[in-house]
Amino acid sequence: MASMVALILISILVVVFWGSLESMGRYGLNFLFTSNWNPVDDEYGAFTAIYGTLVTSLLALVIAVPLGVGTAIFITEDIIPLKVRNIIGLMVELLAAIPSVVLGLWAIFILEPLIRPFLMFLYEDFGWIPIFSTEPLGPGMAPAILILVVMILPIITAIARDSLNQVPMRLRQAAYGVGATRWGAILNVILPAAISGIVGGVMLALGRAMGETMAVTMIIGNSNVFSWSLLAPGNTISAMLANQFGEADVSQLSSLMYAAFVLMILTLLVNVIAQWLVKRLSLKY
Amino acid sequence: MKYNSFTRPIDGIPDLNYKTWEKRNLVSRLLSVLAGVFSFLCVLPLIAVLAYILIKGMSTLSLDLFTQLPPPPGGKGGGFGNAILGSIIVTTIAALIAIPIGVGGGIYLAEYSTGRGFSQFIRFGTNVLAGVPSIIAGVFVYGVIVSTRILFGNTFSAIAGGTALSVLMLPTVVKTTDEGLKLVSNDLRRAALGVGASRFVTVSQITLPKAFTPIATGVVLSIARAAGETAPLIFTALFSPFWPNGIFDPIATLSVLIYNFAAQPYDLQNQLAWSASFILVVFILALNLLARWLGRFASK
Repeated sequence: MASMVALILISILVVVFWGSLESMGRYGLNFLFTSNWNPVDDEYGAFTAIYGTLVTSLLALVIAVPLGVGTAIFITEDIIPLKVRNIIGLMVELLAAIPSVVLGLWAIFILEPLIRPFLMFLYEDFGWIPIFSTEPLGPGMAPAILILVVMILPIITAIARDSLNQVPMRLRQAAYGVGATRWGAILNVILPAAISGIVGGVMLALGRAMGETMAVTMIIGNSNVFSWSLLAPGNTISAMLANQFGEADVSQLSSLMYAAFVLMILTLLVNVIAQWLVKRLSLKY
Repeated sequence: MKYNSFTRPIDGIPDLNYKTWEKRNLVSRLLSVLAGVFSFLCVLPLIAVLAYILIKGMSTLSLDLFTQLPPPPGGKGGGFGNAILGSIIVTTIAALIAIPIGVGGGIYLAEYSTGRGFSQFIRFGTNVLAGVPSIIAGVFVYGVIVSTRILFGNTFSAIAGGTALSVLMLPTVVKTTDEGLKLVSNDLRRAALGVGASRFVTVSQITLPKAFTPIATGVVLSIARAAGETAPLIFTALFSPFWPNGIFDPIATLSVLIYNFAAQPYDLQNQLAWSASFILVVFILALNLLARWLGRFASK
């Protein structure tokens, strides 16, 4: 039965690869670099979606890493009483349990109207920068990035918290013993000792952000027109799959499978690198 | 003579007082405050999401939600009894597939394998499978079950949806079983084998009951996760505005209902989406607290 796991993993790869063969033969690598997605003319290029996937997940990571690691430090080091720390930890874990479709609903009706004035300000005052060059009209990349931050924060926090907890007490005591301040000890001793777990957690979060579907689909706007702007509606591979897979015809289906294959390879790479990093960087005591 | 070695260095002994305004102490306090602010920002979304779901979902809670069918666009009243039932059916199918395979795989890894070669590859594969995006599981099941019409010529069905969910549950179940069994002390195994029990009897009578709580915790958590998943269901279980019509037909689920109704331009449908979110979140948080309680039960 254990081999079922391997069997499923391999058959997922085979099925998705098989389905995308036709599209691969037709477009080759051009598929990855053209942004023309047109079911009417049967022309497909997934650059818009690939760009959207990479940009949303990487920017979400940039925001979520300091927040998540900061929170993890706050609830593992002796800054506040244990009871308060446990409550914060519990709340972060419960945040991870909220289904993404519910977060998407919240993003559509609450988050997006809330941040629109701020996005409008970015557009009006910094519109000359390409990434702020379109008027925010509702769904778009920026709210999608924010909801991704909410989704990956619990992962980063939980894993960083576990790694920080595993740092031996002796290391802390030694650091404080030679007169380090609290953050001197954290930045120079404790964080370096826990870095392997934290980096692994960050990579896992990146994989999760790339594959996240529902919340992003509901708020990103699903536009296949390429734009550099973060305020414009965009698309990600998973959002494209969620939207079009159900009612696609044969050649569109094959192109969607190709996009799914690209996503699969991206997340596989990220996950394998994560596992390798954890093994490679882990300090032995 | 005033003795003040605590305020002024004497004979090369450094001053031991804490200096509030020294740069490194200032930086340290500043960073502590910053970490506190970050934690607050982390907790804020949970409070905001829960508050809105409570406000918007509770206000229209009624018995009709559980017993009625969804109204047609522009219609009045109605509920989503079919979606609640559908969610239960699809999640049950997923659990029936994933739990035996997952627990079996975990037993193999912890009890029978040598820990090298093949089993290392399986452990690695489990971690990778856990990282596969949920939508890919949907694409996979679509390719294997839906488009090939392998199940008696049916396309979209509750079974296909359940299979897609089970792909997502499997790694969690394997991992928690494996880790739960590894926590069981080796003395117990040796004692059982020593009095002449076979390997199978040792596992089924001694180690498995001992590791029951961690395994149950993992299973409950994986069910909670599966119940909230939407992406793999959109094009496997599809949706249906009617009561479930057997497991070989398309079926409504709460999560797909939220997705569909959130996109509709009617206030009533949006309102139903909020109510459905409320019920789904209450159910999932309850399962999570149950798992937490099971975990605490085990540590006593």
